[in-house]
Amino acid sequence: MYRTAKGEEIFVIDGHTHFWDGSPANQKNVHGKQFIECFYAYHNGLSPAEERWPKDKFEKYSAETMYNDLFVSGYDDMAILQPTYLTDFYKNGFNTTERSSAMKKSHPDRFILNTAFDPRDGNKGLEHMQEMVEKHKIKGAKLYTAEWKGDSRGYKLTDKATYKFLEAAQKLGIKNLHVHKGPTILPLNRDAFDVADVDDAATDFQGLNFIIEHCGLPRLDDFCWIATQETNVYAGLAVALPFIHSRPAYFAHIISELLFWLGPDKILYGSDYGIWTPKWLIDKLMAFEIPDDISKETGQVLTHEFKVKILGLNAAKLYGIDIEAQKKKIKAGGGYAHLSEAVHAKR
Amino acid sequence: MNVFEATDRQAQVWACLQGVTDPELDESVIELNFVTNADVDASNHVHIGFRLPTYWCAANFSFLMADDMRRAVSELDWVEGVTVVLGEHMYADKINLGLAHGLSFEETFGSEADGNLDELRQIFLVKAFQRRQVTLLNYLTAAGHLPEKIIELTLSDLECLSLEAEGQKLVQRYFERRHVVGPIRPDAFAFITSEGTALKSENYATYVSGLRRVGVNAEFNGALCRGLLAVRFDLDTPFIPKSQIPANSSTAA
Repeated sequence: MYRTAKGEEIFVIDGHTHFWDGSPANQKNVHGKQFIECFYAYHNGLSPAEERWPKDKFEKYSAETMYNDLFVSGYDDMAILQPTYLTDFYKNGFNTTERSSAMKKSHPDRFILNTAFDPRDGNKGLEHMQEMVEKHKIKGAKLYTAEWKGDSRGYKLTDKATYKFLEAAQKLGIKNLHVHKGPTILPLNRDAFDVADVDDAATDFQGLNFIIEHCGLPRLDDFCWIATQETNVYAGLAVALPFIHSRPAYFAHIISELLFWLGPDKILYGSDYGIWTPKWLIDKLMAFEIPDDISKETGQVLTHEFKVKILGLNAAKLYGIDIEAQKKKIKAGGGYAHLSEAVHAKR
Repeated sequence: MNVFEATDRQAQVWACLQGVTDPELDESVIELNFVTNADVDASNHVHIGFRLPTYWCAANFSFLMADDMRRAVSELDWVEGVTVVLGEHMYADKINLGLAHGLSFEETFGSEADGNLDELRQIFLVKAFQRRQVTLLNYLTAAGHLPEKIIELTLSDLECLSLEAEGQKLVQRYFERRHVVGPIRPDAFAFITSEGTALKSENYATYVSGLRRVGVNAEFNGALCRGLLAVRFDLDTPFIPKSQIPANSSTAA
């Protein structure tokens, strides 16, 4: 919960969080080691100095640490758990639905649990998806099209096998697909510059929403073009938002482009926890204004109203969260006990 | 070869590399701190080492940059051979082996490669053209040139335009990529779309905001890559002092 000086309460849904185990004990091979090191470089490269973690905390953090970073010292009210399996790199997987489900179970009002699927898993994958959806009442899934699987270095949303999964997901009641189209592992050339598959899949599956995580970076230009044409395509801000600290002018340009091409109703906040933490991200976002010269160039202004949408209202719509009812539930469970009547920022 | 000649040859190599760009970022591999060493041995063979911001950087781009470096340095008439070695990368061994044997990207990666590098190179040359064009267009309009006049400029008009140093540099950078989208003739329109058609004044604003995405994307990626590289490596690796790079080094890759 973020409270302004006027006492306005802003409900925050973090669209992108992870409960991972990247520790050496869980690493299967050198790729597992390099994967978490790459994440750690993102963390170190873009976090303010005082927010940087020691390596061992970053590799594996406890459920309690995560809860605290998101909801007590951070302003999140709810967070979406996005699994990333990476079973070729990690013995027990990096961040499976099962691992994340323990978090959901301990704090049911705080978390939205998503699953992940991979069309290359065939019938076994379809069964796993069905099992997860039924067991955990899941409404969303994370897709990691660049993930390695045996000899395969990735897949496309338009693959025949993927369509089979999208059809099944739609039938099972999954509404939101979070598609990782962003940096980190871009193994060969397959996924290197293409977000075009989002376009076709979004047209063919009108019952599904496609939240493009990391807003297509490093292909923001292509992504904006596609997202403009599809009504069910959204942008997730993870990775883009931390630039608000190190390169505020770049962030201003990115958010301007997203506002121009997609509009304020189709942008979702996400911390990408544990790469970054909600407190500093949201403090900076609430204090942020697009500089005049960039506003003049792009014609875009990031208003308070838009920030409120990005921080929670948009995600609440996608996941059918009744904010007032949810606040009552969290309050009843003691979730706001740490909040004084003090305010977080002047307005 | 005396010590002065050796230093001069090394400086020539660095000058060549200055013109090689990361295709995605449209920035020099030297400016990006990717090149760690470029040495000339007694038999005029050049040894280049480079590294990238992450272990995972796309193999096709890595291969393409290595190939461009080899091509650029091979242009020097005294060079007897070029070895390019990529370090600290997921595909380092495979790429280095392919480079050492003069293989193509497809030959190096076999069935894992599903696109050809020339197409990829072309896509990113077009993006570089667009980014350089929008930067120049914005500069010109900010300097008071009207869109309806700008779109009528020929290449020779643009060359003769009286501009400040910054503007001249942008014009030069634009000329380096203008050939990507259409033939260079003095009477050809200076500003054309990536399809080679003339700009129209009625949709000039829409056209420019469409291009802006390309520039923002490239700048953002550049910032990300620099940040990651700085975390991953000690950037104080000794480089040749910039003062030893000849002034006329900004030629296209």
